[in-house]
Amino acid sequence: MAEEPMSPVPLPEGTASDTTGSRGSRLLGVLTLVGLAALGVLAFVLTDPDVRIHPSTGAEFGQFDAVRMLYVHVPLAVMTYLAYGLCAVASLGVLIRRTPWWDVTAHAAAEVGTVFCGLVLVTGSIWGRPVWNTWWEWGDVRLMTTLVLFLMFAGYLALRRTTGDPRAVSRRAAVVALVAVLDIPLVNRSVEWWENRTLHQQSTLGDLKIEDLTLFTLMLGFLVLGMVLAWLLLHRFRVGWLERAALDHSVAAAIVERRGETPDDELRRAVGDRSPGEPL
Amino acid sequence: MTHVGYLIAGWGITLGTLAVYALRLVRRGRDLSAQVPDAHRRWLEDQGSGDA
Repeated sequence: MAEEPMSPVPLPEGTASDTTGSRGSRLLGVLTLVGLAALGVLAFVLTDPDVRIHPSTGAEFGQFDAVRMLYVHVPLAVMTYLAYGLCAVASLGVLIRRTPWWDVTAHAAAEVGTVFCGLVLVTGSIWGRPVWNTWWEWGDVRLMTTLVLFLMFAGYLALRRTTGDPRAVSRRAAVVALVAVLDIPLVNRSVEWWENRTLHQQSTLGDLKIEDLTLFTLMLGFLVLGMVLAWLLLHRFRVGWLERAALDHSVAAAIVERRGETPDDELRRAVGDRSPGEPL
Repeated sequence: MTHVGYLIAGWGITLGTLAVYALRLVRRGRDLSAQVPDAHRRWLEDQGSGDA
């Protein structure tokens, strides 16, 4: 990274830019909170539970109120795909352009995506207990491909924490992300490709099996969780950018401090710089 | 309402996790901002320059 070293001057307290927030991100945050409140009202108050009547026996069946979990579980899954997709695009940028902007973007998208993916697994498991009568099924292809996706990106994040040449770490992580993201089509299509090896229902939206307020609430869930994703990505990117800037700043400060301790001629000899006529 | 415990757990874990993560990001951002000069806090100023 060829950035000019920063001057290690004391920083003023309480300046206007002392957070990762901006006017736009604050507005997005407020709208997101309003959206979450609206989603909660729709999901828990205004929509009906999934109760159907068996045509021959007349018995009630369905997911009952457990269906309300899907208003958050399904959008979380789609936002996971988006975050990891962004990570893959940014990883390509890392390999082709080799710029810090792409690198920070890839790291931010992977971390936020992994938070979302973990929540997909947890909410899916909690939903599965009353609907499938099991918390987890090791042979279920949808569950296992999602778990593999989560573990691969957990590995990506672990790789990002390793020491060594930061540029090499970035490039290796980018390759891992591009391999890991190949799992997303398997996760998404697994319920169609291996329908006999999963408890998971097939795509609800694909055949539009839901309608009216239920469909609207699910769509609002996509919008609101998308806003949550955008807000988190924005702030995680800015944190990543500041981490790099703080590291550069501390290195520059250490160099200046070192120069202050070392006599000039000794420092020059240490770096192989000699005055004209000075004996070897 | 059926399955209330599952719904509270699922929604609670989701909203709680996202809130805690968001707060951690904000705090980390504040801490880091205090360590970086104003001129270098602009995350978009030199995109596309230098090696990753």
